[in-house]
Amino acid sequence: MTSGAELAQYLASGVVVGGVYALIALGFVIVYSVTRIINFAQGEWVMLGAFGMAALTARGWSAPVAFVLTVLMVAALGALLERAAIHPLRHASPLALLILTIGASIALRGGALLVWGTDPYPVPAFTAGPPLRVLGAVVIRQGLWVIAAGALVFAALWFFFTRTYTGIAVRACAINARAARLMGIRVDRAFLLAFALSGALGAIAGAVIAPITYATYDMGLMLGLKGFVAAVLGGLVSPPAAIAGGFFLGIVESFAAGLISSGYKDAVAFVVLIALCLAQVGGWLPWRISEEEAG
Amino acid sequence: MTARARWTTLSVIGAAAMLLPSLIGSSYVLSALIFVGLNAIAALGLTLVMGFAGQVSLGQAAFYAIGAYVSGVLSVSYGWNTWAALAASVLAGALIALLVGLPIFRLSGLLLAMATLGFGIIVYYVLVNWSAVTGGPSGLTGIPPLRIGPIRLDTDARVVRLVWICLLLLLGLTGNLMDSRVGRALRAIHGSEAAAQAAGIDTGRLKLGIFTLAGAMTALAGGLYAYYLAFVNPSPFSFAYSIELVLIVAVGGVGSLWGAPLGAAAVVGLVEGLRALLPHLTTSHGAAEYEIVVFGLVLMALMIALPQGLTGLSRRSA
Repeated sequence: MTSGAELAQYLASGVVVGGVYALIALGFVIVYSVTRIINFAQGEWVMLGAFGMAALTARGWSAPVAFVLTVLMVAALGALLERAAIHPLRHASPLALLILTIGASIALRGGALLVWGTDPYPVPAFTAGPPLRVLGAVVIRQGLWVIAAGALVFAALWFFFTRTYTGIAVRACAINARAARLMGIRVDRAFLLAFALSGALGAIAGAVIAPITYATYDMGLMLGLKGFVAAVLGGLVSPPAAIAGGFFLGIVESFAAGLISSGYKDAVAFVVLIALCLAQVGGWLPWRISEEEAG
Repeated sequence: MTARARWTTLSVIGAAAMLLPSLIGSSYVLSALIFVGLNAIAALGLTLVMGFAGQVSLGQAAFYAIGAYVSGVLSVSYGWNTWAALAASVLAGALIALLVGLPIFRLSGLLLAMATLGFGIIVYYVLVNWSAVTGGPSGLTGIPPLRIGPIRLDTDARVVRLVWICLLLLLGLTGNLMDSRVGRALRAIHGSEAAAQAAGIDTGRLKLGIFTLAGAMTALAGGLYAYYLAFVNPSPFSFAYSIELVLIVAVGGVGSLWGAPLGAAAVVGLVEGLRALLPHLTTSHGAAEYEIVVFGLVLMALMIALPQGLTGLSRRSA
């Protein structure tokens, strides 16, 4: 018999992991809705965020300074990827762009392996102290930072996309790039901004999860794929839906690992993905996870 | 290329494939050639899926795994004749592709990419966790080699011939298929799906057929792989291999069947070339890591320089 405390524990763990998936999913959504590119390197920004924190805190920087520097550096790398690789190929087929981002993710993962090797790097928790008890569940303090980071990021994005001129211009590009260009909006700047933002979001996700999971060179692959599933859950173009998708996925995964089998834990997200595809085909899904291309 | 020219070219390559292995003494070169052949067979169906059905499969490694494990399990645990087990694995690949594709192909867009992405990763976890049948993470050992009469196909020189004959036959047959009514219909879909539908082509059914064929061909490559190595475990069938197959197709180019062997040769050649070259350029420390970085960067440079893939070169100069 599963006790109420165990269920509360699964829920608590699921919410923390879900917060990370939500941050990663937001990166996918922002890039996809502006550029129609699925950026396979999204997970690598998470890995770089984790290593940035590990490297800077190990050199004695305080956690807040390390955090800000890490996020800025990874955002700059996101912008660099867009300028160096995506921009020259912006008129190419979606396939060529997909391969390009896969190439970038392979190169980044290899670079991390080269610099840091295969050992996991520890990152100190943002605030030290014993875990807290919430409704019978044990919640580590870093888990609260994950949730706080998610909430702050969402508030900041909401402000940026609805209350600033630049944010509204980027949304215009996402809705209709040609019309936006006719209105005098620099669409290529929106592309650049989307990639920089997705780098920052990935780095934030990596920086807040690193004290829990440690930083490893290959952490980006699975986190990136799960963030992608969370983004797909929300339809790939809606930030609030992607956040909901992230939490949903984290919670379902945590319960499945606890109640069914931990060996299949990493497969849960992909069962959800297939179920979604079938639901859309059957017409049972009230929203679309993949637009139909005009014929 | 006309059918006659194609079969002539294939026969010449086939004759070379039969003769050359006796002249190549290095088992390193032979095993690289075997992997070029296996990857090309696995990627050939995917070329059709990506080039003509306009869909991407991000889980093709699952079909490679199905081929390898069905062949291995039937031969080792059930004592089947190896050829019968290989045939069963091809059938299994086709059947599972049909089941996966059946609900998906009525719609276009990214759905197949997503469903196959999920499917490929789930198959990997089943291989790892279903220990009673698959042997779990440590895998299956003692898979017997294929044999033709009294000849055991257990040396690199013999397997390379078998693999390349299979590849060339499949290239010829899919070439014929593309020249047929089905191939013309597929090219029409490639041009404009709406126009093809208006001309009375059942595009969903054709795409599903191509995906099924791709599943069967990739499973065949997986079966040959299992009999060659005499051992299978889950690690070569991870998401990374699905990505490698997509890379092979993209590097080779989707516009021509020759893209699959060209892409396979380019990707295997790049990996092996870097492995041979980099230790000379860097200190011995970190050569394997540089290999991954350079592989990723070369891939990006290649896509920027040649977004159409290698077979796009000939069309550009033509």
